[in-house]
Amino acid sequence: MASITLRNIIKRYGHGPKANPVIHGVNAEIHDGEFVVIVGPSGCGKSTLLRMVAGLEEITGGTISIGERVVNNLEPAQRDIAMVFQNYALYPHMSVFDNMAYGLKIASVPRDEIKTRVDKAAKILELGHLLERKPRELSGGQRQRVAMGRAIVRQPQVFLFDEPLSNLDAKLRAQTRIEIQKLHRELGITSLFVTHDQVEAMTLAQRMIVMNAGNMEQFGTPEEVYHTPASIFVASFIGSPPMNLLRHAPNSKPGTILGIRPEHLDITATGWEVRVDTVELLGAERLVYATMGGDHLIVRIDEGSASPQAGDTIHITPRADRLHWFDAQSGKRL
Amino acid sequence: MVDRNPWLNFLSHAVLILGVAIVAFPLYLALIASTHTADAIVQSPMPLLPGAHLWDNYRAALLGSGKLGSNTNVLHMMWVSFVVAMVITVGKIAISLLSAFAIVYFRFPFKMLCFWAIFVTLMLPVEVRILPTYKVVADLGLLNSYAGLTLPLIASATATFLFRQFFLTVPDELVEAARMDGAGPMRFFKDVLVPLSRTSIAALFVIQFIYGWNQYLWPLLMTTTEDMYPVVIGIKRMLAGGEAAVDWNIVMATAIVAMLPPTAVVILMQKWFVKGLVDTEK
Repeated sequence: MASITLRNIIKRYGHGPKANPVIHGVNAEIHDGEFVVIVGPSGCGKSTLLRMVAGLEEITGGTISIGERVVNNLEPAQRDIAMVFQNYALYPHMSVFDNMAYGLKIASVPRDEIKTRVDKAAKILELGHLLERKPRELSGGQRQRVAMGRAIVRQPQVFLFDEPLSNLDAKLRAQTRIEIQKLHRELGITSLFVTHDQVEAMTLAQRMIVMNAGNMEQFGTPEEVYHTPASIFVASFIGSPPMNLLRHAPNSKPGTILGIRPEHLDITATGWEVRVDTVELLGAERLVYATMGGDHLIVRIDEGSASPQAGDTIHITPRADRLHWFDAQSGKRL
Repeated sequence: MVDRNPWLNFLSHAVLILGVAIVAFPLYLALIASTHTADAIVQSPMPLLPGAHLWDNYRAALLGSGKLGSNTNVLHMMWVSFVVAMVITVGKIAISLLSAFAIVYFRFPFKMLCFWAIFVTLMLPVEVRILPTYKVVADLGLLNSYAGLTLPLIASATATFLFRQFFLTVPDELVEAARMDGAGPMRFFKDVLVPLSRTSIAALFVIQFIYGWNQYLWPLLMTTTEDMYPVVIGIKRMLAGGEAAVDWNIVMATAIVAMLPPTAVVILMQKWFVKGLVDTEK
């Protein structure tokens, strides 16, 4: 097992003045055995970053180390890593067993050793009865597990996951998320997991990297990211529904933006006066969409409490310890 | 689809049956002619029912009857044809696979130029470049040899193009997975690409085998000794009997025999052939 160190990572496509920069200097230290999720909207460079760690993309600037080794110039196979791809990338003409064994065969691992390792992985992933099948005879979830099995049998220092759950349906995704967590607890292998889904990020991560437009916006535990977002982007990206960002909040200094999560607003007898636009019932809770001055905001209330009607004027009070102030210019937390 | 209508049914069947009859009738005639004596065939009208000399005619055709323009027996010519067709087919497939592999998966200077150069040769079939090719082969001393018969026909833009198109549909993630597994380029080619292309390979095998077997102009030009005649040339030589009467029964028997190997290839590989043209297994 090993730590991963990213030092000032830069990625540009093309050369010279026409070069297209996609990652602008990312620094991160991922500890040995840690499960880190990289999350961000599409096009933010999160997959590129992962692929640079994997060795599938060239590194334009900076260094990546796995353990003590700088791996910038090593082939993927020499980096002692394993990757699970979004579309699984199973070899269609090989059986499940051969798919898992292929990397070991190339590495000239002895035959019985291969068998032991594949059988062990198959047992962990409950693939034992499928070893002779071809990938096309498997369901999406089974293919996904074969892809994980292929990563496990190599006993790598680091697991890389490139949106491995995005092709599964919602129920299977939740189930697989739990399996991945369990697997990580059992094997304790350093893992980097890329996703655009903030729920996946919050539930899986021990620490998470939030990326936006090629920059690392924040690197911290899900709690830190949720409770003390480092920038307006993180505040609006993490959490569903997103944090309310108010430019014209009462008593705010000019040039600042007040952030307050929908669940930290309470309907009270006095307080900020807002007009209700619509109310949505989401089962256990209601979302009240309202307008205050020029700002739109959402208040989350329990399903059991009395619901205001569209067009009503109500009063709300933010919880004082849950206010987030941001600089309107830089977008950074104040 | 059109609705089921007995008249349309009848009409489409009639058209199809007519078509089959037009295609099959010459074959039938050849088969009938190969069962009669030479004298019986030249009668007018020619008999349309099988005769009694099937065995004699085929034995004469296969082993050489001695009294023909060509003394070489058909069995040997069949062997030459077979070797030529096989070398052309296997050679074409091997070279096309490798060149398509290079074009799709490697970055090298003038890559697009190479691709277009290959592509442009589609416009230059053997017949167009036959004289310069002859000159080259003659200067290399390859006349009357298997190498001379096959080498100029092996390079194939069509097959290269076909494999290129197929390789482009193989997902990039598969290449990356192979790299993660530590497979080098040739290992990836051998373990992943070739097995994935096997249906295309089978389809090409059928097409190219028939192409090689039916080569006429090129062998006609460059073979001068009888032991290097492919069977197609052999049939032609039998007709060039000059004043002597042509033994049509033997010629027809030879033609039927010459049709057997391509037919066998088509029948044996039919399943793969159709699969290769129709589905893309990924």
